[in-house]
Amino acid sequence: MAFTLLFPDFDILRDPNRCIKCRVCERQCANEVHQYDEEHDIMLADENKCVDCQRCVTLCPTKALRICENEQVFRKNANWRAQTIKEIYRQAESGGVLLSSMGNPEPFPVYWDKTLINASQVTNPSIDPLREPMETKVFLGKKPEMIERSADGTLKTELTPQLELKVPLMFSAMSFGSISYNAHKSLAMAATELGICYNTGEGGLHEDFYQYGKNTIVQVASGRFGVHKGYLEAGAAIEIKMGQGAKPGIGGHLPGTKIVGEVSRTRMIPEGSDAISPAPHHDIYSIEDLRQLVYSLKEATRYAKPIIVKVAAVHNIAAIASGIARSGADIIAIDGFRGGTGAAPTRIRDNVGIPIELALASVDARLREEGIRNSVSLVVGGSIRSSADVVKAIALGADACYIATAALLAMGCHLCRSCQAGKCNWGIATQQPDLVKRVNPDIAAPRLVNLITAWGHEIKELLGGMGINSIEALRGNRLMLRGIGLNEKELSILGIAHAGE
Amino acid sequence: MKRVYVNEEWCLGCRLCEYHCAFANSGKTHMASALMNVKIRPNIRVEDDGKVCYAVSCRHCEEPLCVTSCITGALTRENGVITIDGARCVGCFTCVLSCPYGCVRPTGQGAMQKCELCLTNGGVPRCVIGCPNNAIVFEER
Amino acid sequence: MKYVIIGNSAAAVGAVEGLRSVDPEGAITLVSNETYHTYSRPLISYLLQGRTDRQRMKYRPDDFYETNGCRTLFGRTAVKLEPEKRSVLLDDGTALTYDSLLVAAGSSPFVPPMAGLESVEKHFSFMSLDDANALEQALFPEARVLIVGAGLIGLKCAEGIFGRVGKITVLDLAAHVLPSILDEAGAALVQRALESKGVDFRPGVSVKRFSGGSAELADGQALAFDILVTAVGVRPNAALVRDAGGETDGGILVDDKMRTTLCGVYAAGDCVLSHDLSCGSARILAILPNAYSGGFAAGTAMAGGEPAPRRTLPMNAIGLFGLHIATAGSYTGEVYQAQDAESYKKLFYSGGVLRGYILIGDVDRAGIYTALIREQTPLSQIDFPAVCREPSLIAFGRAYRDEKLAGKKD
Repeated sequence: MAFTLLFPDFDILRDPNRCIKCRVCERQCANEVHQYDEEHDIMLADENKCVDCQRCVTLCPTKALRICENEQVFRKNANWRAQTIKEIYRQAESGGVLLSSMGNPEPFPVYWDKTLINASQVTNPSIDPLREPMETKVFLGKKPEMIERSADGTLKTELTPQLELKVPLMFSAMSFGSISYNAHKSLAMAATELGICYNTGEGGLHEDFYQYGKNTIVQVASGRFGVHKGYLEAGAAIEIKMGQGAKPGIGGHLPGTKIVGEVSRTRMIPEGSDAISPAPHHDIYSIEDLRQLVYSLKEATRYAKPIIVKVAAVHNIAAIASGIARSGADIIAIDGFRGGTGAAPTRIRDNVGIPIELALASVDARLREEGIRNSVSLVVGGSIRSSADVVKAIALGADACYIATAALLAMGCHLCRSCQAGKCNWGIATQQPDLVKRVNPDIAAPRLVNLITAWGHEIKELLGGMGINSIEALRGNRLMLRGIGLNEKELSILGIAHAGE
Repeated sequence: MKRVYVNEEWCLGCRLCEYHCAFANSGKTHMASALMNVKIRPNIRVEDDGKVCYAVSCRHCEEPLCVTSCITGALTRENGVITIDGARCVGCFTCVLSCPYGCVRPTGQGAMQKCELCLTNGGVPRCVIGCPNNAIVFEER
Repeated sequence: MKYVIIGNSAAAVGAVEGLRSVDPEGAITLVSNETYHTYSRPLISYLLQGRTDRQRMKYRPDDFYETNGCRTLFGRTAVKLEPEKRSVLLDDGTALTYDSLLVAAGSSPFVPPMAGLESVEKHFSFMSLDDANALEQALFPEARVLIVGAGLIGLKCAEGIFGRVGKITVLDLAAHVLPSILDEAGAALVQRALESKGVDFRPGVSVKRFSGGSAELADGQALAFDILVTAVGVRPNAALVRDAGGETDGGILVDDKMRTTLCGVYAAGDCVLSHDLSCGSARILAILPNAYSGGFAAGTAMAGGEPAPRRTLPMNAIGLFGLHIATAGSYTGEVYQAQDAESYKKLFYSGGVLRGYILIGDVDRAGIYTALIREQTPLSQIDFPAVCREPSLIAFGRAYRDEKLAGKKD
């Protein structure tokens, strides 16, 4: 077909009274949107290639650029929305599965935004975090049923390995390959400075990053890429990835074009070969199989590291979590359906899985009912956007939260959702050397530290307002939450009362 | 003595430094009014061969060949900073011939120009402020 | 310590600054046969052009002598050197004693014997401020000026008076302009620029005889003129040292600390022989940068300091009628050449190092080439083809840039 039915999503507006034709936009756009026309001494733009990453807008020294939604419209149709029509055109042109990245952008309910936090008034005094100690430290791992002490007060109970976090936050799994070396390094540096953890994802651990091992969670996923004894021993914890919120039920596919150089070496697969992570672990078809892997990993690391099992939030998540809790895992990580990805089939990302809020509430409730809540810690992720989301998650029963999208944003990501193209203009989701250098860890790591530090302050303030002085005391304290605009069913799943009740 | 150091590991080749330099030395308050339809003559230049890129500006050498070669005495080094007196310079180009880094260049109006570390532009070189990736830093070492 | 400096130009100023970098106390006496505050000789053409003035052409600020504690004896000439007595005799009979003495006497215009020269009423050299002033006095709008010598001085003189006289004719025995620094093809570009301005250049001819306002050329033609400027060349002022028994060979012989063969006597500037590292031989390098750096080294040594090693080579930057020329080093060995309508480039290399270059038109960043010659950088260590195309630091590699630009030391 010689022509396309698609029209550009965006308009690039260039203010001629500001543009000095410095061509910074042209040099910075890996999508080759901007172009200088020497003959007419003008800057041109090809909107078709624009992904609205706003790199040009940000770097334009005279602020001459704006990227707007293309006002070109299809005839109004509540059923056949413009996006839907365009996707059909695209598939009619390509014959392929639609690919997307980052989290589900569709307007599903966000329960964090329908939940309100309590504060103390009169009878139970609030606490000023600037004046009084406030504990944000958490330990993740199996907690003993009871504590026994000897006569001199020393602990008799043998504790299982715990993951210690200064704030109840971790950077969730993003592999070296899906994100760049510099992005990875920034996360590692920041986690180390913050006393939290980042996560290798299924990309192995680059030898340069072993030094950050105490703050690293090493992941073992269905492709087993980059896994070896040294790798398992390098981390503070090991995560078995069973599923991912953005694409439950499917595996991963990093195309061979991205398996180059260090990525290939770190994953321990030949250059140019596709890295295919199967949908299931081919050795796990039951909780018993999972238990075997959990104990294999424990055995391999002499029971010194907590084992995390990460699953996507799906319909029967409560039963799944119950099974995992009995598999010997120390921590369950649940990834909600708004969680990000470097690439996923659009239909899966946008239609499969359930919101993390509902999954968390039902898992916490189920584990309590079964009396096994203390045998695991719960970590939740899948679009934790602010410290308020963190506080709400903890009140719903989480021990800690995983964040990734927020961390990427801190490093410069503008959520253009084009990671799958591998030409991230912000140097994050790319392996192209000229783009990778756009993330300078000396800039990005402090930004990550700032973000988490700021959230830490806010968490303390929210806790103090409730008259609570530790994360521990908030965990599962659903009395601190009220729903707003939620129906009975939603309230009952979340286990909270409605505002005003 | 604080100096401008350039780390090519982080240079993106965006050339923002060049434009910030040209703007800083224009005397104007808005970059668009300073640089609209102007062929800029910055004191810092990006070299880019498609594989490597980095910016180059005056090193303020301790034994500055431009200063010792200057036939008018317009180039001087004081407190570690080499400056040029545009009124005395006649544009003979001997400094161009002498500078091993190629960092003295004509203003286009008869005299020569070079990086003076923005001494009269607020004290922090604008190329440093304008660099989006810390590839140009102003540090005491 | 007592220091005496004969001269008041770049080498002398360099010496004062060199002395003061080591010895802030010692007494410095500066003797000059001119009566001016130190000024830059190459600026006299710019002065005539109006591109500088008497104040701005001062090589150092007005308070230079005061700041540096120099006694000045202007309008005096050193006539005799008595090294065994550590004394120098001036033309007014004064004898100055010294602990060390610098001869920075420069050079003088060389006027070859030409028949009938004495019959020319308005005959000038073009070397000093006095020369320039005298020439300027003689100028008038219709004047026909004959310049003998198409070297640097002759052509800069032509540029200096251009527009202030009726006609300028430049002749030279050589086949093209700037014979000492340009090859034929490069000179053709310069000639074109001269001719486009209406300057009449006559190559390959000399004056057979002058008679009043007429010159009879060797090719038989006659040329009428009002003003004559001879700019054939210069001779080092080496007599003071030579007559006192110091070794000279065209110029004064000095070692790497600028010492002459006379005890306590140093020399620097246009009057000494310098080591040209581009060809390895000793020659007169009558250029200001060399004078200053030689003077500075001499001053440093005179005060007991250790002068930094100097790396000297011929180099010239000339602007002529808007056309820029940069040359350096020696023109021997293999050649890289590139030319377009606007510019001309020739690089000479042999023995694995760059020896010299000629750039006309585009001289941007010529110093990168100069540095290659000066540092005798092995061309095998750099991307020479790249640097031939364009002078940049790309060719020098990451380690060089890390050291020079990123300030990394390992």
